[in-house]
Amino acid sequence: MKKKRIPQSFVMLGAFLLLLAVVLMLDNIPGVPVMLLMVLRKGAIYALVAVSMNLLNGFTGLFSLGQAGFMLLGAYTYAILTIPVENQALVYQRYPNGGVGFSVTESLSRALGQPGLLLGVIICLILGGIVAGVFAYLIGLPVLRLKSDYLAIATLGFAEIIRAVVQYEKLGPITNGSNLLSNFTNFSNFHLGSLKLDTVMPFVFAGVCIWVIMLVINSTYGRAFKAIRDDEIAAEAMGINLAKHKRMSFIISSFFAGISGAMLAMYQASVQATIFKAAMTYEILLIVVIGGLGSVSGSVIAAFLFVGCSEWWLRFLDNTAVLPNFNAKLLLALIFAAVVVGVVSLVVYRQNRAQKGRSAVIGGGRKLPALKPSGVTTLVVGALLLLGDLRFLLSPGLQLPLVRSGFRMVVFSVVIMIVVLFFNKGLMGDKELPDLLRRRTQKTLNLEEGMTANERQRTEG
Amino acid sequence: MGNILPYLLGGISVGGQYALIAIGYTMVYGILRLINFAHGDIFTAAGFFMVYAAASLPLYLAIPVMILLTIVMGVLVERVAYKPLRSAPRMSVMISAIGMSYLLQNVMWYITGGLAKRYPVIPWVSDSITILGSTTKRVTIITPFLTVILVVALVILIQRTKIGMAMRATSRDFETAQLMGIKIDNVISFTFVVGSALAAVGSMLYFSNYAAVTPVVGTMPGLKAFVAAVFGGIGSIPGAVLGGFIIGISETLIKGAGLTTFSDAVTFALLIIILLVKPTGLFGEKSTQKV
Amino acid sequence: MSDNVLKVENVTMQFGGVVALNNVNLEVNRGEIVSMIGPNGAGKTTAFNVITGVYPPTNGVVYFEGKKIVENYPRGKMKKLYKPENDGAYTHAIELTPDTITRMGVARTFQNIRLWSSQTVFENVLIAKHCRVTAGLLSAAFGMNKLEERRQREECYELLSILGLEEVRDDLATSLPYGQQRRVEIARALATQPKLLLLDEPAAGMNPQETQELAAFISRIRTDFKLTVFIIEHHMDLVMDISDRIYVLDFGKLIASGTPAEVQNNQRVIDAYLGVSEDAEN
Repeated sequence: MKKKRIPQSFVMLGAFLLLLAVVLMLDNIPGVPVMLLMVLRKGAIYALVAVSMNLLNGFTGLFSLGQAGFMLLGAYTYAILTIPVENQALVYQRYPNGGVGFSVTESLSRALGQPGLLLGVIICLILGGIVAGVFAYLIGLPVLRLKSDYLAIATLGFAEIIRAVVQYEKLGPITNGSNLLSNFTNFSNFHLGSLKLDTVMPFVFAGVCIWVIMLVINSTYGRAFKAIRDDEIAAEAMGINLAKHKRMSFIISSFFAGISGAMLAMYQASVQATIFKAAMTYEILLIVVIGGLGSVSGSVIAAFLFVGCSEWWLRFLDNTAVLPNFNAKLLLALIFAAVVVGVVSLVVYRQNRAQKGRSAVIGGGRKLPALKPSGVTTLVVGALLLLGDLRFLLSPGLQLPLVRSGFRMVVFSVVIMIVVLFFNKGLMGDKELPDLLRRRTQKTLNLEEGMTANERQRTEG
Repeated sequence: MGNILPYLLGGISVGGQYALIAIGYTMVYGILRLINFAHGDIFTAAGFFMVYAAASLPLYLAIPVMILLTIVMGVLVERVAYKPLRSAPRMSVMISAIGMSYLLQNVMWYITGGLAKRYPVIPWVSDSITILGSTTKRVTIITPFLTVILVVALVILIQRTKIGMAMRATSRDFETAQLMGIKIDNVISFTFVVGSALAAVGSMLYFSNYAAVTPVVGTMPGLKAFVAAVFGGIGSIPGAVLGGFIIGISETLIKGAGLTTFSDAVTFALLIIILLVKPTGLFGEKSTQKV
Repeated sequence: MSDNVLKVENVTMQFGGVVALNNVNLEVNRGEIVSMIGPNGAGKTTAFNVITGVYPPTNGVVYFEGKKIVENYPRGKMKKLYKPENDGAYTHAIELTPDTITRMGVARTFQNIRLWSSQTVFENVLIAKHCRVTAGLLSAAFGMNKLEERRQREECYELLSILGLEEVRDDLATSLPYGQQRRVEIARALATQPKLLLLDEPAAGMNPQETQELAAFISRIRTDFKLTVFIIEHHMDLVMDISDRIYVLDFGKLIASGTPAEVQNNQRVIDAYLGVSEDAEN
């Protein structure tokens, strides 16, 4: 077992380097769609913030909704420290003598060139994380004593307070009030010879950070976090200091949220407090849930899927489209009708089956009405959808119905609701990608040895 | 700054509106132990229903239609997003609530094209009047009275009627109520009916003052109303009302002091202070965990 | 001076007007197995919760190895409500959190089993070792505590093999049968390296044969781990079998104490368990 573990980390490192190579290639081959690169960059950043939120919500069981606030702190810290001195007058137009009067990245790159720039960025990213972490420490002192929902609403409240304070006029000379901060060092400032590093950089930073979070999760402290999640009272009785460990998890999570916020600022090349709203936290939470609470790889995969869907793959739904001819329209209508009929009959069948089981128990053999109200509702909804389909078929134009600006997000949020309602374990449950692979080999091993009843139950359940 | 009266009036009015929304939160929380994040969006939807209803119907019909549609929507949200998760962990239900809020916002954005819609002018209610030397809309004066009347009616409903008794029993102990033959689903639906109806009235009063409806306009009032509910002690209706007024008044006073940026922040600061001093809110009941 | 590991002095626990523990005094000496019995609702688990710091008593002191770990006196609302005697005897409040008390050497199991449900048996035991970890967060995360980590893992393997749980080591703790889950709870408590082990109804839900095994098991771990054991139990068989001394609790008051034989013949104990007839009461 122990001998196996070392190669596994090498495998992971190898896979990560391979991924970087691919990303580097994509970045520099002409003709690669810009949207793909955007999705990769933003996806990497969202992956980091989702993992950081998962550490808190999924691994420690603390339901916190303050992520956007900590991202904001990281983003602002980074931006303020890296705006080149000559640009500060321009950025802080409304505040004469605004800005800090120095720029970490500028000074370092002047002294050391490109490596200095990199060093400066790393320093400022970490500072962004530290500022977020310090705030997390202060906020955590009172707030972490609260239980689930109260904690959620209090952290959400703190995020809002932070957002308001940053926009305060009196802080304008530093934060630029409610105006945009821009012109700071971002990913496009990096080159390796003539190679662009726009997409590789976020991958490297996010990768390293996620790796560190995973190290924490797999350490004895990570195990203590999971114990708190599973049963707080038992954890305390076994000598785990609840306050200390919760605070630890909260600070680590916020630290990395701060770094991801700073990276988001780099990605956007500008930053403004108004984007770090509660809605952003909700999006990240949904990513975590889709990926699976308690699964790092799930969060990473879900982050890319989420960003891909919301920014790119579903974008066609936002553009009005006209079908080429009537046959295409007929085909589309038929496919839609088939899907509706299929789904409705499946749902009704399932509802009815449950009904039969119940009638046998409760009704004692007496026949109850064949359909529950929910079954009727499903049928009515299905019928209405078919009617709509028919109307579309009979309508004169060839324009696709419904598809127009905003439809993308509707479809997207419906998909999310389906995941939340019907697959509430998410993509990965609390398993990791390597677990799934290893599980398979273990299963075959078990079969060879002959499974005990217990083990069988476990592999099936 | 010299005259504090208009701000106080405005605060009482906004407070009444928050109170009406907060009751929806507090009742749902009392029974399902769930923060219904979608409640703020139901409040917004009520605004849009009014916009569309008033465009094709006379006002005396539009208002009941709007309230009815809001109720249907509230019950629908419960049936779709919360009922399937009755036995799931609380965190899943809360996430479902957040997902539902996201969905409603996106649907509203889609339908309206993201444009702000003008809220219909309700005659008499939206008229300007002068009271004690300061000009305001009549709705400002009506709101607190209407709020108090509705709350009294609600309290009577809960204390005196059979369904009210069932609600009280359910919020006390979900499982036992079920064992005693109370039809939980009906009680929950009824809770959403009441909550949505009050949100609809609250939305009418709120938008009469603000004139425009956008898809995300309800988020902040929604959150603040929730804060009001927590402030007053979640699960307690008088608490929600008092919390609504306190939040509303302190918010407008802060605005009056010229610190508009902080008007939202102050609400949350109040919340955090109350949670630290009295974690169960002003009128909340203490619950102990058994080891 | 006797070598007592645990000393409970004048402990009263009052929830509002209800007196759950009424001026309880007891001692547990080093190396003993002491039991506390009593009907349902007598306040036994409350006593454990006070000793382990889950909640502070209304009045009284608890010593562990001569050090005060819990002390309280009627304060605030309780000042008016306080009923039992010894009011004003104490003036300090010491409220150590349960984790501190555990690290001092008091470990417990729970009446309603509280294993960490998503963890395997081995992980359950290993996590309990966390309270003895000396490495900081950073050194633990970056693997600079390899030695400590390996030592702890080895100790856990050893513990599991001593307790006969080797075979189920990698099973989910909550997938095990009831009796084994109780055993895992004990293993987990032992992993914190306690001097005093508190067992809350360890035989609940066990059949007579399992109970007998448990009795042998408890006696064995006492000698193997040099433990002092304090048990709450309903099962008379188990209690009479292994206890050196017994305390009997009824309606929050200690009504008897002594060796198993003494307690068995005590009229008040019999009354408490079997009920008193009307005329005997008057």
